[in-house]
Amino acid sequence: MSKILIIAEHDGSSLNNSTAKCVSCAQAIGGEIDIVVFGNGVDAIAAEAAKLDSVSKVLAVNAEHLAAPLAANWAAEALTLAANYSHVLGPSTTFGRDLMPRIAALAGVNQVSDIMAVNSPTSFKRPVYAGNAIVDVDVAGGAKVIATVRNASWKAAAEAGSASVEQAAASNSAASHTRYVGLESEGGERPDLQSANRVVSGGRALGSEESFELIYKLADKIGAGVGASRAAVDAAYCPNDMQVGQTGKIISPDLYMAFGISGAIQHVTGIKDAGTIVAVNKDSEAPIFEIADIGLVGDLFTVIPELENLLG
Amino acid sequence: MKILVGIKRVVDYNVRVRVLPDGSGVDTDGVKMSVNPFDEIALEEALRIREAGNADEVIVVSAGGDECQQQLRTGLAMGADRAIQIQTSESLQPLSVARAFLKIIEQEDPALVILGKQAIDDDNSQTAQMLAALWDRPQATFASKMVLNGTTAAVTREVDAGLETIEVDLPAVISVDLRMNEPRFVKLPDIMKAKRKPLDVVPLEELGVAIEGNIGVTNYAPPPQREKGIMVEDAAQLVQELKNRGLI
Repeated sequence: MSKILIIAEHDGSSLNNSTAKCVSCAQAIGGEIDIVVFGNGVDAIAAEAAKLDSVSKVLAVNAEHLAAPLAANWAAEALTLAANYSHVLGPSTTFGRDLMPRIAALAGVNQVSDIMAVNSPTSFKRPVYAGNAIVDVDVAGGAKVIATVRNASWKAAAEAGSASVEQAAASNSAASHTRYVGLESEGGERPDLQSANRVVSGGRALGSEESFELIYKLADKIGAGVGASRAAVDAAYCPNDMQVGQTGKIISPDLYMAFGISGAIQHVTGIKDAGTIVAVNKDSEAPIFEIADIGLVGDLFTVIPELENLLG
Repeated sequence: MKILVGIKRVVDYNVRVRVLPDGSGVDTDGVKMSVNPFDEIALEEALRIREAGNADEVIVVSAGGDECQQQLRTGLAMGADRAIQIQTSESLQPLSVARAFLKIIEQEDPALVILGKQAIDDDNSQTAQMLAALWDRPQATFASKMVLNGTTAAVTREVDAGLETIEVDLPAVISVDLRMNEPRFVKLPDIMKAKRKPLDVVPLEELGVAIEGNIGVTNYAPPPQREKGIMVEDAAQLVQELKNRGLI
């Protein structure tokens, strides 16, 4: 039977819902599921993790040098724990993509990236070429499976469990060569882009940072997170962390509304798993209409204010 | 100091990739191949560091068949001083690439290794982190800014929550994100000059790197298609449609 360890993602105060998505993936693999929460003062976060369905045990590892998620420090701890597990999973967020390959290399195995479906405990489906192809990846020869889980492909596990929480001491000392300086966050009151049920997104057609306000206003009206195309981010209409696509965030909201986004393949790959895609664009030939569930050919500068009025 | 930059030959960014009917891979027949765009950004950053007087030599390295010499020449044309091809007919996975790069590092002793944050073919995003682990050195992934300060570097990383800054001791492995810089265009005279720059070919076997523990990659399939959508005439119809579907 598989023994699966999930490395929790958190911001020091609460659990990121990417962890609950890893639990869903672990359920599909089948076996005993444990979660480890590294950090400093993470007991409340460990208690949150213990509520996730079908988790047997949560390990809380508190140490000063684990306070920030520095891959060098966390990978060393994860490697020590990994000895007892057949699978080690982390989310395919910037956090997990930074950490998991370091663990895999220390363990001497190749890593599976972006699990979107489970064929068997050692065989998975994942996207390549910006989602233009889906492949089967098979871990052979009884090697440990170290993998990242593609957020957009999994629903968060329910919170009906009551796993035990155990304290464990750190087994390794701090890597002196890497120091955490700080995090500059643009995040405000809006729902987080990666977990929002609705996302309103703007592209190059917005034309300026001032005009991008239209997107924020509409988003706030319907309680949506805000995203952007690479073109809008590169033109500095909005912060980098709003970028949706192959090299930005891969999201799966119930409703995705794209305004003035042409629909380059690299953008589309970030929204393919959305429930309903709405596209508004002046250009009736824009590729975004090929994947939109509801399309409207029109000028966003008139359509958005109309939508706001109609949504009263 | 020396800077080592990794370069991967990939299907060009603008090519619409098609899966072969037998599921054995994607169609690369007659398809334009290029330097992985993130690797171009990595090289540009290395060149800027050298041009600012903070490095003496920029070396580009690629692992692959002789066809990857084309991309190494592009790197030389951009301004790298010399190139190393780790020659193999096998398609290497990130762990093997990291092991091979480590052997080159042991020979060249660079203070910085700069790689792209991911290759746009397999989208793995692993090699830099694996190399840093095997080398037991710091990693700074998804970097959008790097400030060198003697024996350390302050690196700004694009993370999901915003911009994170870490400080690393050199030598270190940096993986670069899109907004680090805009790579320069290659001019014709530079392409001619690049032909005379040194390009060393080192067979993978000579480095003593075994390819083992590969993950099997099979059954290439096109992604599931979304069902054809509808077009609406105006904002009122759009709102009605969203209400009908219970979305607002």
